[in-house]
Amino acid sequence: MPSTVTMTVNGKTVTREVEERTLLVTFLRETLGLTGTHVGCDTSQCGACVVHVDGRSVKSCTALALQADGAAVTTIEGLAAADGTLHPMQAAFREHHGLQCGFCTPGMVMSAVDLVRDNPSPTEQEIREGLEGNICRCTGYHNIVKAVMAGAEAMAGTESAKVAAE
Amino acid sequence: MANPNGIGAPVRRREDQRFLTGRGSYTDDFKRPNMTHAVHVRSPYAHALVKGIDAAEALAAPGVVAVLTGADMEADKVGSLPCGWQIHSKDGSPMKEPGHFPLARGRVRYVGDAVAVVIAETREQARDAAELVVVEYEELPAVASSTRAVEGAAALVHDDAPGNVCYDWHLGDKAAVDAAFAQAAHVARIDLVNNRLVPNAMEPRAALGEYDAATGDYTLTTTSQNPHVIRLLMGAFVLGIPEHKLRVVAPDVGGGFGSKIFHYGEEAVVTWAARRIGRPVKWTADRSESFLTDAHGRDHVSHAEMAMDKDGHFLGLRVSTLANLGAYLSTFAPSIPTYLYATLLAGQYKTPAIYAEVKAVFTNTAPVDAYRGAGRPEACYLIERLVDVAAGVAGLDRTEIRRRNFVPAEAMPYQTPVALQYDTGDFAKNLEIALPLVDYDGFQARKAASRAKGKLRGIGFATYIEACGIAPSNVAGALGARAGLYECAEVRFHPTGSVTVFTGSHSHGQGHETTFAQLVAERFGIPIENVEIVHGDTAKIPFGMGTYGSRSLAVGGSALVKAMDKVERKARKIAAHMLEAAESDIEVKDGRFTVAGTDKGLGIGDIALQAYVPHNFPLDELEPGLDEQAFYDPKNFTYPNGCHVCEVEIDPETGVTEVVAFAAVDDFGRVINPLIVEGQVHGGLVQGIGQALFENCVYDESGQLLTGSYMDYCMPRADDVPSFTVRYHEDQPCTHNPLGVKGCGEAGTIGASAAVMNAVVDALAAYGVTHMDMPATPEKVWRVIQAATPAMAAE
Repeated sequence: MPSTVTMTVNGKTVTREVEERTLLVTFLRETLGLTGTHVGCDTSQCGACVVHVDGRSVKSCTALALQADGAAVTTIEGLAAADGTLHPMQAAFREHHGLQCGFCTPGMVMSAVDLVRDNPSPTEQEIREGLEGNICRCTGYHNIVKAVMAGAEAMAGTESAKVAAE
Repeated sequence: MANPNGIGAPVRRREDQRFLTGRGSYTDDFKRPNMTHAVHVRSPYAHALVKGIDAAEALAAPGVVAVLTGADMEADKVGSLPCGWQIHSKDGSPMKEPGHFPLARGRVRYVGDAVAVVIAETREQARDAAELVVVEYEELPAVASSTRAVEGAAALVHDDAPGNVCYDWHLGDKAAVDAAFAQAAHVARIDLVNNRLVPNAMEPRAALGEYDAATGDYTLTTTSQNPHVIRLLMGAFVLGIPEHKLRVVAPDVGGGFGSKIFHYGEEAVVTWAARRIGRPVKWTADRSESFLTDAHGRDHVSHAEMAMDKDGHFLGLRVSTLANLGAYLSTFAPSIPTYLYATLLAGQYKTPAIYAEVKAVFTNTAPVDAYRGAGRPEACYLIERLVDVAAGVAGLDRTEIRRRNFVPAEAMPYQTPVALQYDTGDFAKNLEIALPLVDYDGFQARKAASRAKGKLRGIGFATYIEACGIAPSNVAGALGARAGLYECAEVRFHPTGSVTVFTGSHSHGQGHETTFAQLVAERFGIPIENVEIVHGDTAKIPFGMGTYGSRSLAVGGSALVKAMDKVERKARKIAAHMLEAAESDIEVKDGRFTVAGTDKGLGIGDIALQAYVPHNFPLDELEPGLDEQAFYDPKNFTYPNGCHVCEVEIDPETGVTEVVAFAAVDDFGRVINPLIVEGQVHGGLVQGIGQALFENCVYDESGQLLTGSYMDYCMPRADDVPSFTVRYHEDQPCTHNPLGVKGCGEAGTIGASAAVMNAVVDALAAYGVTHMDMPATPEKVWRVIQAATPAMAAE
């Protein structure tokens, strides 16, 4: 039985007919063609599918598209500025070699951004605990932790710059 | 440094932009017009006869296009998945090599063995319909463990493999080892299990098959580490498609760790089905399917003995190993517990006599093949655990027994008693660099501090050496390889001076688009932005053997150097012509070609333009164009080596082991991009630590996989591991390849498991523990402590 779902994805309002069982990740990947969000497991463990729903990180393999009806969804494709400038967290992952194969990266970056919004200056231990829902098989986490630390600092700089400008 | 993005520079990766913005292109991301989706029907039994398949209901389900079975493949004369390496037993007989069909024919041999494929308009429809396929099974007795497989009454996995034995092989001089033991003052012994692992690249396997009826061309897009190898194996042996009609593309691939080397049945199924139904067919594994059907790793049961003189000098090593190969031979499975394992049993030590026996057996479990390190972690773990036991037997400090037995740097090149010749290495130096990194001198004070707060502290060492850069084709061929193991590269200068490099190596996280471009930027003095690295497509790249065994830079990079040599030779001819000088008078430096003793010269960009605008070339002597190709076949293996030190703290109340410090000192020869190299080490270490403390693949006696998801198979997570201290030195470059590189992809995994377990056993020494099999889970550690302290347990 198809239902209609409307949500804002990366700033654009979309309305589509979906089967009710359609997962949010399937909707993003298959219906909208936003293949940056990945599926790495089927038990909500790996976090490759993390997106932001109304600003909070959500494992999109564990939510139905219909549950995001009326919500604002941001995927990895929507994180950088419109002019292509990387988000400070994306830039920090690049600078600190926080990615290798790139498959877990979109979920990892989205989780890291949410983590830092909650805790603007996390310790190494807080970063490690905050990312325990995201599995990376390549990096051994060492450089991810460094990247999130640097990304947090850069985000704080961006925020204070915004405040100063206001 | 002449070029800021040249050799030795920590260049930020060029591939990251697309991955960080969600614009990578992984196999499951591809959509084709009119594409269908495949879902496999898989055996729920470890061993059964397939008495019948009733697909009527599935065929009538919404969206279903076809349901295909092994009988359909047989009717189309689809062949068996080939094995790429043949081992001969002690008695000279060839290994048993049973058929391995993409869809089972009459009998299934492990849980997950594919029985049928359902193809539908959507993935959900295919999945729904797969549940409607009725398969009638007659369950047979199954055998899941190697130790059970060799018992007389065990079920037979293959009727033509008596005793479930694939081969019974040996290496080394048995008589010399027996003589060494006869004169030994001390003997150390150990029984150990190298636990079975699931590689778990984060991108599940996927394959997309296409057939163009107008041209008769097939295209397979697949999650592969070596697309040319897949083209050869699938084209020539399984589907009978000649290379010129079959294109294999391995686009962005989300990790491999060995598990994506092999030719899997699903690749053949989608390619064959695409022609059969006249539409593209895509299959993507879910993680549960990956656990069931990806080739697993390790799974050795071993006994080992070291003979020593009275001063703890090693005299002889005797090893006996039982290796589980699973239900069928995966592509390179037979080589892993033999030539990639037993040949490394000398380790870093000058043990004069070594004898190893390996019996490899079939079981009703998923096939077992190469997983990061592939045989070498098993060898390192065995040696380094045994050396710790030997230190106890001989009454020596664990660092001292290693120093006493290291092959000295001045003995290089060193011929081991197990077939390899190490070219370079300074093992004592690795250890001396490592000890201060973990403040070894302060360890006893830290141990006392831990004890004061009720904790147990241990320190462990592991030295490793691996044979990488696989391999000289003539050596591999003599040892049973059915393939050559060279690499190919093409360097194409374009008229405006930019360069495209085509490499047969494949990057699935290793960063070739950066490292290989650094080599070109350095050699020709051009900006790195002007260099494009193309990999992973048989339609673009002349040939390739792919990426595994830490071979990309040592073999693929060497092929690139050879192709650049050819470009330079051609460019020199063009320069001589343009500058009206003799070729022998042309000097080349950083991409600038000058006439010796003059200020006349040309840049490589000017030469490239002339090569494509040859208005006044003497065409009988000088061809237009600047595009050269080379194949490089190594002269020897490369021998990365190093020393890992791990310090753990155990909470005796919970059994939880925390890795509190880890230092890795590695000799990778020359390093091109230190940022990438260190990243490879970090990732490898966590896979090794994962095996030691967390990961374990468990089948029950009936062959059901008990650890089939991330809920049950414990992957290391960010809060399970520490940050690392990583060092490398470059003063022992490889002597036989043009870059002096040795390879760094597997090192971390090879050394780490042994270092961790040596630390765990050290921490538990007070409880009388001399060995513990991996993984050292909290439960296992807690039980050992409780068994040793009954008074505490009673409380």
